Amino acid sequence: MGKPRVKVPKSAGAGDTITIKTLMKHKMESGQRKDKDGNKIPRKIINFFSATFNGEEVMSVNLHGAVSTNPFIQFDMTVPTTGDLAFKWVDDDGTVTETSKTIKVS
Amino acid sequence: MNISRRKALAFGGAALTVTLVPVSFAQAASEEVMKAAVDAFTGGAAIAEGGIELTTPEIAENGNTVPVAISAPGAKRVILLASGNPNPGVADFAFGALAAGNGSTRIRLAGTQDVVAIAEMADGSFAQVAKAVKVTIGGCGG
Repeated sequence: MGKPRVKVPKSAGAGDTITIKTLMKHKMESGQRKDKDGNKIPRKIINFFSATFNGEEVMSVNLHGAVSTNPFIQFDMTVPTTGDLAFKWVDDDGTVTETSKTIKVS
Repeated sequence: MNISRRKALAFGGAALTVTLVPVSFAQAASEEVMKAAVDAFTGGAAIAEGGIELTTPEIAENGNTVPVAISAPGAKRVILLASGNPNPGVADFAFGALAAGNGSTRIRLAGTQDVVAIAEMADGSFAQVAKAVKVTIGGCGG
């Protein structure tokens, strides 16, 4: 898996709704394509994404083969307090990639 | 041997049908598969219209990356299905208390088809929305 890119506001007002954008570099091999000898290329995708704020799950997504290359996920959330928003991506081969951003509530 | 033009055409037509059917069968999920995917999520419960929004382009030039957005405020879970793909499942969203109940991503569509989103609301009811998307170039390789 590549390096994830996330866009999270650095600060927000308490109770504000903010937009989070995430992009993960990954081929997302769907399992439907065939190589030039006609053999099916085995599926290898990111099958799970989650965002957790101070240990509380905000949202999660189970991804299937129909999600595009370099999966992009955007969502809105409410920020109650200052805290860390942790992101997690899980590959079919079991690799887990994590990153985290701090949001300051002024 | 004397083959009439009519017979030759009928034979050719039959052969064409035989060769075409398995191909189209392998491409798109059958209605049963689609229904099974819906039932697996709803448990066979009744599905209402409204309460959920699905934003898709009317025409997608490239089926490899079609931007879609779902919005269902107050929903616990939302599934996104592509009725015309080999596997209908696209993405299953689950929302916690802090989430606004929306999400957007980019998906692959094998061809022109209906994209369906079904939400499970906090009270356990289900809501559905479907949008037709015209795809110029399919996105499932081959």
